[in-house]
Amino acid sequence: MDLYEYQARELFQQHGIPVPDAETVRTAREARAAAERLGGRAVIKAQVKTGGRGKAGGVKPAADPAAAELTARQILTMDIKGHRVHQVMVARPVAIEAECYVSYALDRAAGHFLAIASAEGGMDIEEVAATRPEAVARIPVDPGQGVTADKARDIAAAAGLPPATAPVLQRLWQVLTAEDALLVEVNPLVRTDDGDILALDGKITLDDNARFRQSRWGDDTDTHDDPLEAAAAGKGIGYLRLDGEVGIIGNGAGLVMSTLDVVAGCGARPANFLDIGGGASATVMADALSLVLADPKVRSVLVNVFGGITACDAVADGIVTALDTVRLTKPLVVRLDGNNAVRGRAILAERAHPLVQQATTMDGAARQAADLANDAAAV
Amino acid sequence: MAIHLTKDSKVLVQGMTGAEGMKHTRRMLAAGTDVVGGVNPRKAGRSVDFDDRTVPVFGTVREAVDTTGADVTVVFVPPQFTGAAVIEAADAGIGLAVVITEGVPVHDAVAFTAYAKARGTRIIGPNCPGLISPGQSNAGIIPADIAPQPGRIGLVSKSGTLTYQLMHELRDIGFSSAVGIGGDPVIGTSHIDCLAAFEADPDTELIVLIGEIGGDAEERAATYVSEQISKPVIAYIAGFTAPEGRTMGHAGAIVSGSTGTAQAKRAALEAAGVTVGSTPTETARLVRSLLAQ
Repeated sequence: MDLYEYQARELFQQHGIPVPDAETVRTAREARAAAERLGGRAVIKAQVKTGGRGKAGGVKPAADPAAAELTARQILTMDIKGHRVHQVMVARPVAIEAECYVSYALDRAAGHFLAIASAEGGMDIEEVAATRPEAVARIPVDPGQGVTADKARDIAAAAGLPPATAPVLQRLWQVLTAEDALLVEVNPLVRTDDGDILALDGKITLDDNARFRQSRWGDDTDTHDDPLEAAAAGKGIGYLRLDGEVGIIGNGAGLVMSTLDVVAGCGARPANFLDIGGGASATVMADALSLVLADPKVRSVLVNVFGGITACDAVADGIVTALDTVRLTKPLVVRLDGNNAVRGRAILAERAHPLVQQATTMDGAARQAADLANDAAAV
Repeated sequence: MAIHLTKDSKVLVQGMTGAEGMKHTRRMLAAGTDVVGGVNPRKAGRSVDFDDRTVPVFGTVREAVDTTGADVTVVFVPPQFTGAAVIEAADAGIGLAVVITEGVPVHDAVAFTAYAKARGTRIIGPNCPGLISPGQSNAGIIPADIAPQPGRIGLVSKSGTLTYQLMHELRDIGFSSAVGIGGDPVIGTSHIDCLAAFEADPDTELIVLIGEIGGDAEERAATYVSEQISKPVIAYIAGFTAPEGRTMGHAGAIVSGSTGTAQAKRAALEAAGVTVGSTPTETARLVRSLLAQ
């Protein structure tokens, strides 16, 4: 789960990392009041979970509270790379003397975290890493040791950061471990004219697997702008809406991704990704089918299940249940293989719904579903 | 021969007395696995009757190892206890720990993989279906009846269901071993580890490598193949139509920017001389035609 900037700021603050004074608000009027409390001048920052908001015009200075209101009103109507802006941060401006970049990120291949630091902050760090790799220090952190005061000084020295940043590097490691984060990033970490070190902007990605021991996280604050994705999340189904015409349901993320690819290879576009998971029940299957059929762009549906742990007869029962409750208006292609496939196929054959057809292979099923969607488009 | 798991492997099940542990211990036994014990501190001293075998329950891994000579453990315990279970297995000198559990926090995986490595314990997983050496032993949840006969293909995969799909398509040829390494960001055994083991295994003639979007494990495997592997390798990659920057089910399957995309992985593998199938079925066909030569 990615956090908003204002949530990252709160966690930094809780762990003793200095941050600029700021308030986060939902309306332009509140932005004006916040700017007044902060002394008049302010920076208005869109709260969205995507990069490049500065370039998109989502971060703007305001000279006084009236300007803050005007700017906030404008930013609160923005859509940045598909993310609607619901909140803005109103922050006290800071006189910057130097900017740097620091983060802890997972090195998957090595199986541990890396400290990544650069004296060239404030811009796209990937750009810096690509063009001037020597300007970015990448230092492994031993999982048994963590970031001690000595280690923090080593990281700062290796990247050419001011020595005064070392305590921040150590506390940032505390954020990573105590909060079960997969990524903590401060960009930029600045030194002000007064010599203070401040985390001006930050990104945190939390590990959803650690939710059981991080009770204060509460629910995912992500608002699903798509109503079907919101409905799927409510039922605990892994569903992502795409913009094609072939609805896709399968078991296991790998097989579902593969099904999307095979359908695309047949000249049709997948309408969604939907994984019913391992050992899915008839109920889950019925919910999944209702969800996919609720997408008006869907012209055909492909169910591709290889039963390992999942029993194909349960999947077939789920399809039959759904047929009784949802009026099927689009053709459905079903491919069942593996565990209890013979029984599953027999259940569907017995139901003999005119819009349901069975396929014996994955490629054949994808071809049929793609052709049905394309035929429907041609009508 | 097979890799990492043979008929001589003595297998423990941590979490055997739970619902999943019971179900899969029964299946593992039916596949010929020598399951020598379960571990559950609250049920120590008891035993569990399966169809034609009684399996004792021990209080600790150490006790189970001392009594039975177990060298493999399959971990089914819930995520909040997985780290402790793996560390206990490593401390008891277990050689291979297969961690089936899904939902293990990444910080725990970082800690226990480092701990196990330092003590010479190989971890497979977490969040994986385990591994099977057909006709010999099955450690995990891969259904043995998909491809019951031993054969000449070695398979390594991030994805469980794609493993099943390919095993099904190539069941007449058969597998020396099939390893589901798991799709989590931090895993104990990589594609490269399995490639090296298959290269050294005299029973394996050809290697099937299945990958998916996220991370750069496949790109690294490609480099390794070009430098170290003499046996033919056929690959399949899932996730060409995955939208950028969105998670598709697996914690590991996150695409951001151009690295970790299916296109980048296929290009790296092809540059290393690996043939990449465009669908699972075409991948199976490529394997067939290569073995027929």
